[in-house]
Amino acid sequence: MTGTLKVEIWRGAEEGHFEAFEVPTQPSQTVLDLVTYVQRKLDPSLAYRFACRVGVCGSCAMMVNGTPRWTCRTHVNKVAAEGKVRIAPLRNLPVIKDLATDMAPFFDRMQEAKGRFVPSEAAAKDVAVVPPDDPKRKEAAAGIECIGCAVCHSACDVVAWRPDYLGPAALNRAWTLVNDVRDGDRQGHLAAVAVDAGCHACHSHQSCAEHCPVGLNPSRSIAGLKQLVLWAAVRGEL
Amino acid sequence: MRKHRSYRAFLVHRISGVALALFLPVHLVVLGLAVEAAALDRFLVWSAQPLVKAAEAGLVVLLAIHAFGGLRLLAIELLPWSDRQKDWIGWAAAAALAVGAGFILRSFA
Ligand code: HEM
Ligand code: SF4
Ligand code: SF4
Ligand code: FES
Repeated sequence: MTGTLKVEIWRGAEEGHFEAFEVPTQPSQTVLDLVTYVQRKLDPSLAYRFACRVGVCGSCAMMVNGTPRWTCRTHVNKVAAEGKVRIAPLRNLPVIKDLATDMAPFFDRMQEAKGRFVPSEAAAKDVAVVPPDDPKRKEAAAGIECIGCAVCHSACDVVAWRPDYLGPAALNRAWTLVNDVRDGDRQGHLAAVAVDAGCHACHSHQSCAEHCPVGLNPSRSIAGLKQLVLWAAVRGEL
Repeated sequence: MRKHRSYRAFLVHRISGVALALFLPVHLVVLGLAVEAAALDRFLVWSAQPLVKAAEAGLVVLLAIHAFGGLRLLAIELLPWSDRQKDWIGWAAAAALAVGAGFILRSFA
């Protein structure tokens, strides 16, 4: 398989334009390979982000032909439409330069959702025994492998409509914590997501689950939070 | 990005919800006027006109689509998660279709 591919890459910040490059094709080429080729051989001023190249670090996500994807694990032949690939910075985040977005708003939402483990006294004193088949343990395990790539954040229309929305990744994180029996502040986690821009702002579009590259289901986590928040409110705990 | 079943179901739900919010008041006002202005049997004659019937059928179809779609959402949010929930979109659509078709058949029979 030899030949070239037309690669259009966003240049600029919020204001900018697509610049076209011709990139030689290769077998098993990833979208990240295309961007790296452009940066190394054609235009060293191109700004983009990556680290691990194997789907672990979550830093390489971009819009590829209009869809948010982890570029290091996205094969070109899966996404090239009519011999063309259009690569843009992740949606729903401020653009710093070219393909590099400012991830601060994304990680700020994690903090706002109280996405931090709060050690409980009991858990600090002794090793907690959590059986692998415990239902809560299973719920936490289902959501824990988030790589923080912001693909879901970018795919979610509610994030686009109201930027204060905590978003799928932060809510998914909160869900893993309320299911963590070692955590000492379940009430605090629930209060943090029960706000106006919290779990109840989600409309169950499921674009997050549809796009999460590691197959997590933030919609499911958010549905779980909605129930916990509802019952906590009914019991007057919130 | 929006090309998947759940998003389409959301669009249908929002459009039917907004359409209901727009047309339900009109429907009630027109009904009220008709009942006020006329005696009951004249109203019944009025409401037998094809246009009125079609408008009513449209409302019922909208309500059926929205109500079953809404029940589906409530099930997602209030029942334990089911990996079969995507099939519910189909069931909700089928139920709405059945109710809608039933009403149309009955009112035009
Ligand atoms: C008959 C039973 C009904 C049920 C079970 C129902 C259920 C629901 C649910 C669960 C939602 C939330 C959707 C979401 O989170 O995105 C919703 C939204 C909405 N409903 Fe209904 N509804 C019903 C009747 C109506 C009626 C009669 C109207 C019109 C007056 C209406 C207008 C709306 C509107 C405008 C929305 C907002 C749409 C959106 O957020 O996307 N609904 N409905
Ligand atoms: S399910 Fe909720 S969080 Fe996920 S994309 Fe939809 S609105 Fe956003
Ligand atoms: S939930 Fe999935 S898509 Fe969202 S940040 Fe985590 S790994 Fe990425
Ligand atoms: S570069 Fe690390 S996930 Fe893609």
